[in-house]
Amino acid sequence: MINASLKQLSQALAAKQISSLELTQLFLDRINRLNPTLNAFVTVDAEKSLNSARAADARIAAGNAGLLTGIPIAQKDIFCAEGWLTTCGSKMLSNFVSPYDATVIRKMETDAGLVSLGKTNMDEFAMGSSNETSFFGPVRNPWDIERVPGGSSGGSAAAVAARLAPAATGTDTGGSIRQPAALCNLTGLKPTYGVVSRYGMIAFASSLDQAGPMAASAEDCALLLNSMAGFDERDSTSLERPLEDYARDLEKPLNGLRVGLPKEFFGDGCDAEVMAAVRAAIGEYEKLGATMVEVSLPNSHLSVPAYYVIAPAEASSNLSRFDGVRYGFRAENYGNLDDMYMKSRAQGFGAEVKRRIMIGAYVLSHGYYDAYYLQAQRIRRLIANDFVEAFKTCDMIIGPTSPSTAFKLGEKAADPVQMYLSDIYTIAVNLAGLPGMSVPCGFAGGLPVGLQLIGNYFAEAQLLNVAHKYQQATDWHQQRPAGLD
Amino acid sequence: MSLTLDQVQRIAHLARIEVSEAEALTTQSHLNGIFQLIEQMQAVDTTGVEPMAHAQDLSQRLREDVVSEPDQRSAFQAIAPEIEAGLYLVPKVIE
Repeated sequence: MINASLKQLSQALAAKQISSLELTQLFLDRINRLNPTLNAFVTVDAEKSLNSARAADARIAAGNAGLLTGIPIAQKDIFCAEGWLTTCGSKMLSNFVSPYDATVIRKMETDAGLVSLGKTNMDEFAMGSSNETSFFGPVRNPWDIERVPGGSSGGSAAAVAARLAPAATGTDTGGSIRQPAALCNLTGLKPTYGVVSRYGMIAFASSLDQAGPMAASAEDCALLLNSMAGFDERDSTSLERPLEDYARDLEKPLNGLRVGLPKEFFGDGCDAEVMAAVRAAIGEYEKLGATMVEVSLPNSHLSVPAYYVIAPAEASSNLSRFDGVRYGFRAENYGNLDDMYMKSRAQGFGAEVKRRIMIGAYVLSHGYYDAYYLQAQRIRRLIANDFVEAFKTCDMIIGPTSPSTAFKLGEKAADPVQMYLSDIYTIAVNLAGLPGMSVPCGFAGGLPVGLQLIGNYFAEAQLLNVAHKYQQATDWHQQRPAGLD
Repeated sequence: MSLTLDQVQRIAHLARIEVSEAEALTTQSHLNGIFQLIEQMQAVDTTGVEPMAHAQDLSQRLREDVVSEPDQRSAFQAIAPEIEAGLYLVPKVIE
């Protein structure tokens, strides 16, 4: 049951081979045993989880269960969940018990009947690519516990990779679903901006943030996305579109699929063994009937610089709400009101969050707005236009997810710029607002390598199809780390 | 571009984050490294390019001006650092 797909779990629950209560207990036991090593979960509340499981069992018995009812899931601690500690990996929210549910939580748990196993560790306010900026300590990669799981959804990635949960949610502002999925041998999907509601998802950079599933296969991701997506009037940028079945095209043959290979993703800067695994995946796609075309994303080298203006600018505005007045952390000793703000924020935020708030405050300040913020937004347009051009000659774009495999804990922690460059292939997708995936495509030195698939706007079903056909022809996604039983 | 220590202190104040002198020095070196990366943008001619704020270039949705949320004041105040008589308490602002 530990390694079963969501479909298999659904069938087992429907056939009463196992109850949700038993299944939930099975995963809670694994969390109990393995979380002290991995630090993937920051909050576990067995009683709450078991109560949800009992409610799911009642739904199944009454015959009104959905496909995912009773299946346990891990929730990234960026989603507000009523009655649960919701910390966003920060001391600032280390005492914040959410009084309401995020739309993602409501849809997955209340509506679909998934059972929360707890809240997963993450980089503080989702700012990081290694999960080392968390107030609750780093997460360890199940493939090598001396290495990072990636970030910011590192806890979710480690939890699923070590099978502490069958699947998890993540969020992706610059690569935070795809990069940890790549580093932990998972399948992760960042949908088109606006497909999944941001209501109750603690904001980092509002024009880039998007939630999505992290699981063992494309099929699992499709089923999860069905439970997450949909218009929400409580999110002002949620898109009003008809509901889709994201699993509808999974089995479509890939004959005639035109795959674009951006020459900028195949140049210098990527580890040779990672590139070899990506090239082998391209060969596999040719066998599946796809044809390769070279495309160009000439402004992609500007995506990291533009992102580190836009994301911090939005973050500095979003995080101004943390002032020690209405909720969250307040410093113990202070003088006047300004001093209370300054001390609460100095003590409540970690170093990386402070850096980004300060970059944001600077690029938005008088005299610098045009040179930095507006220039970054213009470059954002150029980057998005590059994709529009590329999709005139191809249906899908393929390349590496991350330029390297999982790096050692501490290796990049002292140099922010080195850390930022680990998202060099993922950031452009967020700036353009496109859907992207990471799919396991091999190993380098015993560590997982991720293949990135980038689709056109609203091409989630096609992306999942392209990933699923590859997973039927290969078994990289079925490999599990050793020594975690 | 290179930020001076004074500028770092000014930015920290704008952001309402207290920084010690030692922290300001580290922050200065990190921020300057990051701005070196950001400066690559300045070489790009973007004349005539419309700034892009959102992926879907949609305007903000409007809704009817009606009450849509229930009163949750007590639930929200239950998690506040300091309240009294239904008010959030902060240090005295007006003498």
